[in-house]
This record gives sequence, C-alpha cells and structure tokens, in this order.
Amino acid sequence: MENKWFTISVYSENNVGLLNRISGIFLKRHINIESLNVSKSEIDDVSKFTIVAHTTEKWVHNIVGQIEKQIEVIKAFYHTDDETIYQESALFKIASGLLFDERQIQNIIKDNNAQIVTVSRDFFVIAKSGRRNEIDEMHDQLKPYGIMQFVRSGRISVTKDEMKISAILKEF
Amino acid sequence: METVKEKKKGTDSKKAIKISGAEAIIHCLLAEGVETMYGYPGGAIMPVYDELYKFQDKLTHILTRHEQGATHAAQGYARVSGRVGVAIATSGPGATNLVTGLADAQIDSTPMVCITGQVTRHLLGTDAFQETDIIGISTPVTKWNYQITEASEIPEVMAKAFYIAKSGRPGPVLIDITKNAQIDKFDFSYKKCTGVRSYKPVPKPEMSAIQAAADLINSAKKPFIVWGQGVILGQAEKELKELVEKANIPAAWTIMGASALDTAHPLNVGMVGMHGNYGPNLMTNECDVLLAIGMRFDDRVTGRLEDYAKQAKVLHFEIDPAEINKNVHADVAVLGNSKDTLGLILPLVNENKHEAWHNIFKEKYKIEYDTIIKNDIHPTKDGLTMGEVIEEINLASNNKAVIVSDVGQHQMIACRYAKFSQSKSNITSGGLGTMGFALPAAIGAKMGAMDREVVAIIGDGGFQMTIQELGVIFQHKVPVKIVVLNNEHLGMVRQWQELFFEKRYASTVMVNPDFVKIAESYSIEAKRISERKDLKSTIQEMMASKEPYFLEVKVEQEDNVFPMIPSGASVSEVRLK
Repeated sequence: MENKWFTISVYSENNVGLLNRISGIFLKRHINIESLNVSKSEIDDVSKFTIVAHTTEKWVHNIVGQIEKQIEVIKAFYHTDDETIYQESALFKIASGLLFDERQIQNIIKDNNAQIVTVSRDFFVIAKSGRRNEIDEMHDQLKPYGIMQFVRSGRISVTKDEMKISAILKEF
Repeated sequence: METVKEKKKGTDSKKAIKISGAEAIIHCLLAEGVETMYGYPGGAIMPVYDELYKFQDKLTHILTRHEQGATHAAQGYARVSGRVGVAIATSGPGATNLVTGLADAQIDSTPMVCITGQVTRHLLGTDAFQETDIIGISTPVTKWNYQITEASEIPEVMAKAFYIAKSGRPGPVLIDITKNAQIDKFDFSYKKCTGVRSYKPVPKPEMSAIQAAADLINSAKKPFIVWGQGVILGQAEKELKELVEKANIPAAWTIMGASALDTAHPLNVGMVGMHGNYGPNLMTNECDVLLAIGMRFDDRVTGRLEDYAKQAKVLHFEIDPAEINKNVHADVAVLGNSKDTLGLILPLVNENKHEAWHNIFKEKYKIEYDTIIKNDIHPTKDGLTMGEVIEEINLASNNKAVIVSDVGQHQMIACRYAKFSQSKSNITSGGLGTMGFALPAAIGAKMGAMDREVVAIIGDGGFQMTIQELGVIFQHKVPVKIVVLNNEHLGMVRQWQELFFEKRYASTVMVNPDFVKIAESYSIEAKRISERKDLKSTIQEMMASKEPYFLEVKVEQEDNVFPMIPSGASVSEVRLK
C-alpha cells in the first residue's frame, strides 16, 4: 500500500492530557504528525483536532480506530485531500523600508491575494491563506528581499461530506 | 482541565457531609464494593493511609513488598473474580513502579484502578521531591488517567474511574491525587457513574452482521473457532459451549482464552499460537470459515500475517471496534459483547456434524502426542520434565485449581498441559509477557477466590524478579502453592539461543540461591525434589496442605518447548522438533 496524505479530524472533550494520548498513538507507530491544529468545533463544548499525516490507508484506519477508543474522543474521521476543503495560514514579517524601495513586493502581495496586517516604522506583516504550495510560492518570491520572520499554521479543513457529530453525541 | 462534566443518569445521591479528600477516597472505594487493595505507602499518599488505618475493619490493605507486586496482585484478584483490582502507591518512584503492571493490565484488558499520591498542587512542575509526571508516563498504558488537584473532584472522578475500568473492554485506570486534595475538606456525596458522554463501552450488535455470520457458519464445510479472553470477560462461556456443540465446530483458544471451555470437552482441540497445538495451528490455514471470538489476532497467534487464514472467510466477534481489520481482515465483523452476539447467533445456526473435519484434528493430535506430548508428560528419560509436574498437579487437584503462570518455557508448558474444568482458571501474563507476574498475581488470585486452590507455576528466573512478595504470603499466611520449575536457565531465551543463535548462551545460565532456604526463612513449608519417585507424593502433600507451600522441582536443564512456530513463520510452518 502506498503512502498518501490524510487529514484526520478528531471531535473530543476539551481535556488536559488528551493531546498527549492522541499524539502517543502516532508515536507508537513511528509516524510523524505533519501538522496539527486544535480549535473549537461547530458543537458547543466540543473540540476539534485536525491532524495531517503521510501514511498508508491501512495504518490511518488503525490509527483512527485507536484514537476513537480514547475515552474523551467522541468521533474521529480520516479523509484524503480530494474529500476536503483545506487551507493553511502564514505570516511574513518584512522590513518596512522594502515596501517603498522594492515596488515588486506590492505586486507579490496583490498577485497572491495576500493582505497587509500591520505596518510600523520598522516592519510590516503580510498574512496569506491558501494551500501549502501557494504559501511556499509566495515565500520563494519574497525570500530574495529578506524575510525577518516567517510562520505557517497547521492545516485546517472541512469535509465535503457531513460529519453528523450532533447525531453521534445523541447516541451516547 | 475544566471540571468533569459527563452526563450521569439515574443515580442516587447521598446527603453531603464535610470530610477530607483522603476520607472521601475511602468512602468511594467502599461504595464501589472494594474489600481488598494492594499497595505501599509513602509521603505523598500518607493522608490516605491514615484513613486506611481508621477503616481497616472495612477495607483490607495488603502491604506488598514492591509497588509492582501490588499491581500484579490486583490483576490476579481481578482476573479470578471478575471484579476491579485496586492498587495504591505514593508519588515518584511509587508511581513509576506501577508502570509494568499498568502495561500488563492494558494489553490483557484487566480491570484495575491505581491510585497514586502526588506532590501538593502548588509544587506541580517544580521538580519537587518525589514528583514525577505519572499522568504523562502512564498515558500510553492506561485506558484512562486523570490528575485530581482539588478535593471536590474526588467523588465524580473515582466513580468514573471504576466505571471505565470495568465497562466495555476492561482496562487499567490511574488516578493521581495531589496531597492538598487529600487534605482539604469538602461536602462529600457519591453517585455511581453510569455513562460518559464521549465513551460508548459496548457497540450495539447489528442483526445484518449476525445473519451474515450465521449464513457463513451454516454453509461452512470446515468451520473452526478460535476464541480469546473476550469470552471470559463477556461471561459468554455457556453461549460458546452451546455454539460449539450445536454446529459441532472444533474450537481452539488463545492463551488468554484458556479455561473458558472445559479442557476435556471433545470439541476443545487445544491452543493456537507460537507454542500451541499442532492441529489447531495447521488447520487455521485449512478451514473455510474462521470464527474469531473475543480475540485480537496477536502476532504470537497469527505468525506471518501474509499467510494467515487466507483461504478462510473470517468472522470476527469483538467488543472493541479498533480491533476490526487491525491485523486480519474480517469478512464479517460482529460487534458487541460476546454474550450478546453469541446469544443472538445461536438460534440462527443450524445443527451440523463435520465428522471428516473432526477426524483431521484427531489425526494431527495423534502425531503431536506421539512426537511431543507423550515425552513431555510421560517421559522415559531420567530427568524430570515440566510437563509431568503439570500433569501431577492436574491429577492432585482434579483439574480444579487456578493455575497462575509466569513467563517463559514453564508458562507455555503450563498452558499446554494444565487441565481446566472451570472458567477464570488460567491467570498468566499473555500480551506483555511480564516475568515476575506469577508470585504476586497468585496472592491476588487466592484472595479473590478463597474457596479455590491456587497454584503458581514459576521459572527460576521469574521467581527472582518478585521474590520479595514471599513476605506477603508469610505475613498474611496466604495459602498459595508455589511451584518453581528450576532448570537453572532463562529457559525460553536459552531455547532460542540453541535454535537460532548457534548455542551461544549469552546471560541465560542462572546461578541460583537455595530457594528452599529462602522460603523457609519466610516460615513457608518448603521442599525440593529432583527425582521422579518423589514427584507424585510431594505434589499430593502440597495440594493437601492448608498452608502456603513452596516446592522447587529440579527439571531437565536443556529441554525445549515444541511445537513451535518460529518467529516470522506461517502457522503452516509449525515445527514438531
């Protein structure tokens, strides 16, 4: 079985230590978590983990089963990229002088549909949301001018199909 | 964490009274029906021990000589009684010493609640004296764990701990309680936990799966059952027997499933796995329908997965959805408690004969008997074999004893040759393979079933891993029978060295002390035998004794356990020599 990219979505209680339990399941199988995001979900008091891993379908099936049996996990799913709508966000911190000296930077911002979040005397910050390759491209374009700081978030995603968590919660 | 806010249904609430957290813990244990617990005191758990002192007429605390012993004793107690075993220890080293027992209980699905003391809340994370992150350490080896930092959390968390430990697929739970939470007073009231919002312990059986499974069983020409501990945990012994008899299906067991069906039952064809019986291993790859009931296809059972039962339709009866398609693909997965699912399928299964199929098992058994079993239990050579010792115990106990085995050659021999006429009679460390398990587990087993004979079968290596628990047997006069099968080696590793490492016996030759003197120093009646003429009478004397009894049997030093599926080989490649 070949390795593919999978997005794992975990709906859970918001408890201390659960992240450790979930990451331990990846650790046990020596699988790297490529990205991780934790946020609230569409249900009150229910958290959502979005985890990206590169592995086989057999293993992701087993991992999701083992995540789901953790006491505080309500339900876990896995999806391939074409079953989800997904994005990442990035921030670029750049010296303010460049905004005026290098006109091309403004074109890069415009062409990439990015936004300037703040401008101060010393630096300005660009925010960019999109697919990993779009952010990487913008990074490559800005790099020659000098990037003071760069950060990219974990993947966030929603599925094309319904998750039906409210219905599942009623079953318990 | 926020507060525990799980939904509870239909429970009684007693009137609140103001007591300390430590006293509340005792009341929780009593409310859960705990009578006996095993543990070891220390600084961070002292308030609870102070309460144990006050409640000693209601709650028996057994001081083991090491915290690991407390966990194995709790496991032995749980496995033989079906109740939750309880162990308690202090913070730091007390807590880390529980880890082996937690891991053992996790992999063998044993219901256990461990309570650890923890440094006071304001010291958490400061590397205080005897502080260790036992929540972090125990996470991978517990079904659930939780740190209590406020006294008011105690009743709800303790109730949840017992509920989670024993419901669904059972397992160990660890509750870590900071010292301030033990000391502070709060309004105590207790409600038993009956549900947790995010936890569904038993999946509901689907009739379509039951029907599909029944159709396959009814159309099978060569059906074969392999059952595991799920039958015992689900209390489905009666249903298993009815299914086996109605459809006349030969049935074999994993090491954890032993004793669920009488060993003498004509359709009980023996054990599967690395040192299991010849026929059941070979026929796994000949059957047309494989009914896997309450078992998890451990690698020691399956051998090389790519060649495991590929010709068969596999029906997997299982309580834990995560086990379905984990190792072996299930053509039909029947989720649910084994008692429920087997009960539902029984009326749909046709009576059947399968005589020719049974005869194949009988032929294979004859081959195994002539080449291995006969020499193991009725040897003609001079030296004593482990097998003949087990056979004498069968005879002297009328197949009624609880057999607690440690890990290694003697364990495989004990499981192969012990005869069981009652469920919950084979207590062993199956999944984790924990040497040192048997002596403390036998103590717990005896306390969990005082009306039964408990015989611990231990190797000379494993015995020395938890030998200090003789102190518990001495102090409390626990009438267990301890049989050390001494071959002066770490026998199983030595066997592998002989077969696969050209007899390079690296660190497997044991230089042993005088075990009889050690037992005698604990005032335990002790004997050593090394000749066949003394075997029967000594074992009869041991079984007749009402006191603790220690017997060392000097057995052949370089015997091997066969049949054997070499590591990484297929079940079809089971070796007779």
